[in-house]
Amino acid sequence: MPELSVDIHNLHLKNPVMSASGTFGYGPEFDDFMDVNRLGGILTKACTSKNRDGNKYPRMAETPMGMLNSVGLQNKGVDYFIESIYPRIEHYETHIIVNVSDSTIDGYVEVAKKLLPLKKITGIELNISCPNVKEGGMAFGTSCPMAAAVTKAVRDVYHKTLIVKLSPNVTNIVEIARAIEDEGADSVSLINTLLGMAIDAEKRKPLLSTITGGLSGPAIKPVALRMVWQVAQAVKIPVIGMGGISNATDAIEFLLAGATAIQVGTANFIDPSVCIKIIDGIEDYLTRHNYSSVSEIIGTLST
Amino acid sequence: MLNLECPDKLPEILPGQFAEVLIDKSSSTYLRRPFSIYDIDYKENSMKMLIKSVGNGTASLYSLVEGDRLNIIYPLGNSFSLPEGNKVLIIGGGVGIAPMLLLTKYLNQKGIKVDVLIGGRTKDDIIEPELYYPYANVMIMTDDGSLGEKGIVTQHSLFANENPGYSRIYACGPDPMMKAVANQAFSRGISCEVSLENLMACGIGACLCCIVETTQGNKTTCVEGPVFNTRQLSGWH
Repeated sequence: MPELSVDIHNLHLKNPVMSASGTFGYGPEFDDFMDVNRLGGILTKACTSKNRDGNKYPRMAETPMGMLNSVGLQNKGVDYFIESIYPRIEHYETHIIVNVSDSTIDGYVEVAKKLLPLKKITGIELNISCPNVKEGGMAFGTSCPMAAAVTKAVRDVYHKTLIVKLSPNVTNIVEIARAIEDEGADSVSLINTLLGMAIDAEKRKPLLSTITGGLSGPAIKPVALRMVWQVAQAVKIPVIGMGGISNATDAIEFLLAGATAIQVGTANFIDPSVCIKIIDGIEDYLTRHNYSSVSEIIGTLST
Repeated sequence: MLNLECPDKLPEILPGQFAEVLIDKSSSTYLRRPFSIYDIDYKENSMKMLIKSVGNGTASLYSLVEGDRLNIIYPLGNSFSLPEGNKVLIIGGGVGIAPMLLLTKYLNQKGIKVDVLIGGRTKDDIIEPELYYPYANVMIMTDDGSLGEKGIVTQHSLFANENPGYSRIYACGPDPMMKAVANQAFSRGISCEVSLENLMACGIGACLCCIVETTQGNKTTCVEGPVFNTRQLSGWH
C-alpha cells in the first residue's frame, strides 16, 4: 500500500485530502455520509471576531459547471465557536484547521489569539480572499502590502501552523504568495473563489442579492491549476491546491502541478462522500503507477 | 410523477421532508435539486416525487425511463408538526401540493379532521385530488374557475367564516400565496406552518446558501426548515 501521508509545516496529514472552508460546515454535517476521521484535515467554516449574519438571500446561483455564492462569512463569532462548536468536533482524529477572517487586522489577531490555546486546532488558515464582504476579506488579499501586514500581525501572536489562503482576483498571484511567505506564513492555500456575476435576463435583475459573488466548482479548475503551478514554482513553503476538484484525477493534477495537499470544496455539495472517493482514488493511482508514496509525485509535472 | 424504488429498506420519512436529487444527464445542471416526497409505500420500498418541468434539470428528469437509476439523498429537513387542536386546514398551490398528501395521511392517522384546499391556475394544475378523498374533505379553487371555486385560494368561501375552527393552517405553494394564507391565519389567531422552497446547494446545512431570516436570526431552509411557523419568519406578518 502506498504511503499517503504528507507534511504541511509541522502538521503530519494522514493523506493530502482536506475539506475546503465553507463547504463542509464544521464536520458533523457530514458524519452521516463519511468517516470524517479519514480526512487529512478539516478546514472549518470561516470564523470572525464577532457574529456575522452574512448577506441577504439569494446568496447562490448555479452556473455552468459551478456555482456563485455570496454567503458573506455567516458565523456566530470566535467566542461561540470556542464554547459551542469546538466541544462537538474536538473528538475528530484529524487536523482541524480554522479558517479565520475579519474586517480589520486587529480582528484577525483577536481570533488567532483566542484559537491558539485550543489543543485540537492545530493550525489556522487566514482567509484574505473572501470576495463577498464589504470590508476586509479580499481587500487584504489583493494587495501585497495588505497581505503582508495581516500575515505579519497574526504571525507575531500565533506560533502554530499558519496557512494563508489567496485570492485569484489579482493580476499577479505569485507576488502575493511571496509577500506572505516573506512574513512567515508556513503554507499557502489557493484558490478562493473567482469574482463573478449572474443575471436573470427575463427579470433584468442580478441573481444574487449582492450582484457579484464567488465562482466555484469544476468551471474554475483550469484557472486554479495554473495558479497553483505558478505559485509552487515561486515559493518554498508547501502549497495547498484547490479549485474545482471533484475526483481523484483532479486531485492528482494539482499534486503534479506542485501542491503538497489539496482541498475539496463545492464537490462536497454534489456528493457528500466525495472526499473518501478521492482518497481511495489517489491510492489507486499510486498503486497503478508503482509509486510507494504520494510525495513522489508532488511537483513532478513533466514539461 | 417519479416512481422510485429503493434497493434498501426505506427509512422513516416524515411529512414535509425532502430529497436532493442528482441530475447527471443534464450538462447544464451541476447541483442537486430538492424535491418534496409526495407519497411513500413502505411495504414496496417505494416512493413518489411530483416534479414540474421548469428548467433544464427538471426537463432531464422527464426523459427518465423505467429502470433508470437516480442518486438521491433523503430524507432531509424537518417536518410539519402536530397541531394542538383536532381540526386543520391544508392548502396547496400548484405543484406546492407535493408535500401535502403525506401530511394529510399522517394527520388523518392521528385522528385529526383535515380540510384540504387545492389551488391552481386552471383545472390542469389540480393534481390527483381524488387521492385525498379517503383522508380529508377536499375543496378546489382555480384562478379561471375551470374547477371548483373561481379565484385565488385566500378568496375561497371558507375564509368568509371568521371562526372556521382550525387550530392550524398548513400551506405550500408560491411565496405570495403562502404569505396571503399566513395573513389570513394570523388575522384569525390561527397558527400557520409553511414549507419554503429556497434555492439550495448542499441540502445538509454546510453551505448556508438557503437561509431565511427569522426572529432568531438566519436559519437554513435545508436543515432547520423547510417547514417554519410563519410567526418565526421575519417580514411575514
